[in-house]
Amino acid sequence: MDGAGVGIAFWALAFVTLGAAGGVMVSRNLLHAVLLLIVTFIGVAGFFVLLSAEFIAMAQIVIYVGAIAVLMLFAIVLTPRTIRDNSETAMVGPAILLGIALGTVFLFVIYDTEWAVVASDPALSAEDLGKALLSTWVLPFEIASVLLTAALVGAIMLVRTSEEEAEDDA
Amino acid sequence: MGPLVTDHWYDLRDLSNISREILEGIDKVAPSEVAYIVAPVLGFVAFFLIFVLPSQLIVGVYGERRIIGRMQARRGPNRVGPFGLLQPIADAIKLLQKEALTPKTADRAIMWAAPIFFVAPAVLLFATIPFGPRMIFADIPVALIYFIAISALPVLAAFMAGWGSNNKYSLYGAMRVVAMSVSYEVPLVLSLLAVVVFSSTMSLQGIVLFQADVNLWLVFMMPLAFLIYFISVSAELNRTPTDIAEAESEIVAGYLTEYSGMKWGLFYGMDIGYALAASAFAATVFLGGWSMWGLEEWVPPWMIFIAKTHLFYFVFIWTRGTLPRLRIDQLMAFAWKFLLPLAVFNLFLVSLERLLWVENDIGDGIVFAFAAGNLVASAAAAYLWARLLGYRPERIPTKPRLVREAGGYVPVEGQTGGGE
Repeated sequence: MDGAGVGIAFWALAFVTLGAAGGVMVSRNLLHAVLLLIVTFIGVAGFFVLLSAEFIAMAQIVIYVGAIAVLMLFAIVLTPRTIRDNSETAMVGPAILLGIALGTVFLFVIYDTEWAVVASDPALSAEDLGKALLSTWVLPFEIASVLLTAALVGAIMLVRTSEEEAEDDA
Repeated sequence: MGPLVTDHWYDLRDLSNISREILEGIDKVAPSEVAYIVAPVLGFVAFFLIFVLPSQLIVGVYGERRIIGRMQARRGPNRVGPFGLLQPIADAIKLLQKEALTPKTADRAIMWAAPIFFVAPAVLLFATIPFGPRMIFADIPVALIYFIAISALPVLAAFMAGWGSNNKYSLYGAMRVVAMSVSYEVPLVLSLLAVVVFSSTMSLQGIVLFQADVNLWLVFMMPLAFLIYFISVSAELNRTPTDIAEAESEIVAGYLTEYSGMKWGLFYGMDIGYALAASAFAATVFLGGWSMWGLEEWVPPWMIFIAKTHLFYFVFIWTRGTLPRLRIDQLMAFAWKFLLPLAVFNLFLVSLERLLWVENDIGDGIVFAFAAGNLVASAAAAYLWARLLGYRPERIPTKPRLVREAGGYVPVEGQTGGGE
């Protein structure tokens, strides 16, 4: 994809995504932080669209915005101390240090990589992705689903009360 | 598409002819950037004129109230203009005049942003809906997932509205919206997965072409998926039998409690917008979209499509006007215990048939046999699963107990009529 619109879209998306990501860090209100995080997710999906990876973009929105963000909202609503908001903690210093270290690593990787420019559309369609997942990468794919099922069962086991256990045994 | 539809600009059967003529004309006299900007504006205006204005205002606001009034033996709006047709405009003027209040303790930023986040996806949803063979904004290969992805956004807006209002009833409503959408998303996506498996494409235009190709709408092919889609989508949209998120008998108006004026109006108008979008999607995926067994050569395909959309939307109004509201625990149990297993069963059945069809190189006629088989299997599965879960048909209306004890209604002396 190229043209005047793509350039405008790129800078607009970059502005919105980075601005929202900054807001997530700065915001004192926990719910504001989550909502800004959602904006960041949508912005990243926009970048995938600009890279002609529509399927990944849609998956990004379905999984991160539709599922994970809603889960986070659930967690916030069910947490009694949400009202208390974010305050200064002892972890601010280490967090900044870690952020700088990670950023440095990323920058080194970005500048050291020889980026090959693909002339035509990469054409990674959803079909190719599906075929790859169910042929070459079928084992990791299935292991991931087993892991998720185990996590689901574990979560249900954790939240069961003793009364419910007794109800089932009877 | 067919030989009958021509490329002349005056051929209204394909409105893309007009827009192409206009764009080519602009391209000759102006730099290419102008056409780049004019193209989406043109599409938007055309979409507004042929769909939003008649559907949203006339059918959505006026028609819905008239039809529900008819079903409930009332008159409905009938004062403003001929047959009350100007009622939506009068309502809009009234809403614009009203003050949009914000409570002192509310989270102002979130409460202000919620209506905006609610409106934007409703417009985005229509981008991939094909109105005709060439009348489509964006024919992307993953249109079906795009639709599912965008429909996840209004849930967040409703949550923002509920949380930002800082009102207990609003928060209850917001929680219910999120809980409902999380539960009903699962059977919804599984029923659509069956569609994708059978038509082997995720492009909405591709699904329409597939249905036109085999001469069978997918609603006949997989009635169970259609039914599950309808129930799930009406739960996600908060339509009345399942509108527990704004149930006025329980929690005032749910997440809309603190909204007033045009902010409330945006939520109300876009509720209809989402219902129309869901109807348009159902008309595309299950009812054959703009195709109609060759009739699309004579009648404009976009008219066929809009008619099908309104047909589906009428069923929405119908259920809304006749069914009582359900409880939240009933709805949750229904999604997880009834719809989900049936959706999985449907997916299994359809995948099996697709495999048989493709592997054995049978002609397209076999889909009619599949359709007949699916109808029987779906009905049997739904009935047996309901019996297994202990759902029993209730004999209603039963007589009130006191009346039964007295041996029936007693006629009053000296009056005609009444009694049994």
